[in-house]
Amino acid sequence: MRVALFVPCYVDQLRPSVAHATLALLERCGFDVDFPEAQTCCGQAHLNSGGARDARVLATRFLEIFAPYEKIVCPSASCVATVTQHYGDLLPVSPELLAIRAKTRELSAFLATEVPSTALRGRWQGKIGIQPSCHGLRELRQGRSTERRDGHPFDPLRNLLENLEGAEIVDPVRTDECCGFGGAFCVEEPGVSRLMGLDRLRDHERAGASVVTSSDVSCLLHLEGLARRERVPLEFRHVAELLECATRDPS
Amino acid sequence: MTHPERANAFANNEDRARWHDQALWFVRDRRDRAMQGLPEWEGLRAEAARIKGETLSRLADQLESFEDNAIASGAKVHWAGDAREFNDIVLDLLRTRRVTRVVKSKSMLTEECQLNPWLEAHGVEVVDTDLGERIVQLRREPPSHIVFPAIHLRKEEIGETFHAHLGSPKGLADPTRLTEIARGDLRSKFLGAQAGITGVNFAIAETGGIVVCTNEGNADLGTALPPIHIACMGIEKLVPKTADLAVFLRLLARSATGQAITAYTSHFHGPREGGELHIVIVDNGRSETLANPSFARALSCIRCGACMNTCPVFRRSGGHSYEATIPGPIGSILEPVRDAARHASLPFACTLCGSCTDVCPVAIPLHHQLKAWRGELTERALTGKWKRFCLALSRAIFERPGLYSAAGRLVRWLGRRLPRRWLYGKANTWGIARELPEFPSESFRERYRRERARER
Repeated sequence: MRVALFVPCYVDQLRPSVAHATLALLERCGFDVDFPEAQTCCGQAHLNSGGARDARVLATRFLEIFAPYEKIVCPSASCVATVTQHYGDLLPVSPELLAIRAKTRELSAFLATEVPSTALRGRWQGKIGIQPSCHGLRELRQGRSTERRDGHPFDPLRNLLENLEGAEIVDPVRTDECCGFGGAFCVEEPGVSRLMGLDRLRDHERAGASVVTSSDVSCLLHLEGLARRERVPLEFRHVAELLECATRDPS
Repeated sequence: MTHPERANAFANNEDRARWHDQALWFVRDRRDRAMQGLPEWEGLRAEAARIKGETLSRLADQLESFEDNAIASGAKVHWAGDAREFNDIVLDLLRTRRVTRVVKSKSMLTEECQLNPWLEAHGVEVVDTDLGERIVQLRREPPSHIVFPAIHLRKEEIGETFHAHLGSPKGLADPTRLTEIARGDLRSKFLGAQAGITGVNFAIAETGGIVVCTNEGNADLGTALPPIHIACMGIEKLVPKTADLAVFLRLLARSATGQAITAYTSHFHGPREGGELHIVIVDNGRSETLANPSFARALSCIRCGACMNTCPVFRRSGGHSYEATIPGPIGSILEPVRDAARHASLPFACTLCGSCTDVCPVAIPLHHQLKAWRGELTERALTGKWKRFCLALSRAIFERPGLYSAAGRLVRWLGRRLPRRWLYGKANTWGIARELPEFPSESFRERYRRERARER
């Protein structure tokens, strides 16, 4: 299967290790992965900040660049949500748009559905806290939203972690409370954003986590920045980094 | 002032903000447990959304049949186009009956229209009889939450307020005793009142009846003692049938407080014997909201307050930070419809986490509407010029992969080289509370290209 790697702009520039881990994982699972170099940004930041016109330009670009691929995989739930849930607000419905929407998957969802769990066996020593991506949760419907009463939701991130020997998932209180990043929110509302983040750090610490993981890098950059300032001894690893490390062949 | 300015002030008092957060989370948690008790919860939400959607789509007809049936039951129906008309109608009703003492149960509509100051300016004493509303009324403050008007106050502060206004002993902070003192004071107001004003939770088109939900029974006392009952409702309060209440009443109390049902659910069909029932139906901008396809669904709101309790921003910024009659997520949609320039910062007081959408009993896509508002505010040039410039500039960079790579390289280089005091200068809002990420020497695409070139 020919898979396109969709790397969010801020991952490309600020946390390239997540993209490298994603690439390594996909190749390890036997996919033929291509990184279309014309890609830059999906337009999420623009759309969420009110710049629908600017986002529309970037969405149009995205459609052209990724059209040739069978699957598009991205290590960011919020960028995927922009493409699959919100491009429809920006662009007229077209076969191209529908195709892109159907083909674009968040990494953990892709791995959990396209790869047999035996291929992603590994080991991880330590207690893992999950900071669910709000957009993964409430746009892509990946994971359990505590507000809703639905039976057994699709929770690929948790399933992948549970598949790791030695890994113990420790859930904080308020399992799905937002971390307070929120894109431009984190600089426009610094006081509230900071407090939200600090509360999350405390909750994960109290749950006993040594590492916090997520399907979005942005949440982790925000939490990590706060933790480093406050000297909170938590590690932050995107699910791609964590899985890539855990499933690496020991030989 | 904008929302961030007020919110920062609230959040920077960490103890208070955390306590406020915990108080509201307690309600959210109770709501979750009540919701878990109903296997059909998601179905009820969908049904509620459907009923409200259909009602709003033929609101004019529904309003007319409500009016006909209400009149047939003996009520008088009045129509108010805006707040001014509403206030005039109520004042006129009171004046012609020589009423100078009124008790009022909770009604966000009367807050919205600023009825109290209007009546007071014309010599009518209005006493809010909901305990929380009474507290903020004594303090001359607006409510900070639509269900818990005094949730921003600690019991010690309420003790001080009662000491100053109701003569309670200084330093008294026992909630039970404070409540008894308020109740004693209110009892005399109920007995002395010549008219009672209430809000309306649901108006039933097929019967012309209205339903008022309270937990304190204050609407019942306020309408059972005085001979005149003035019920105030926005045009969106309609449901077609009595049977629809089976959906809404179950959702309302569970969403609002986690109760199975409000302690008092009072149905009014016409005036009681020898009394008068006036129903004032108010538009005040609602038709405009209804005409706007992006935000029309927000009119389905049943004012349960669940979006406020769940909102991680509201919990840490306090209701007053919104400076709006209806605060929180739903207020951030409804208020800008009235005055977009004044409330332009509200749709941005949100991380788009979507919890409000999932908690909403009538399934309003709140966070998507907030996002739509952001777009609308930008189109109307009501967001900052600098922000719009940054959006356009970054878009122009993202359209050109070469330029994007160069810009990224420059930023990372600067991030690694600049001295800390420059990096953490005034412009770096991120850095007020957080460290910047470590800037890598190579972007993903740079290393990817380098490694692939070597492989070939």
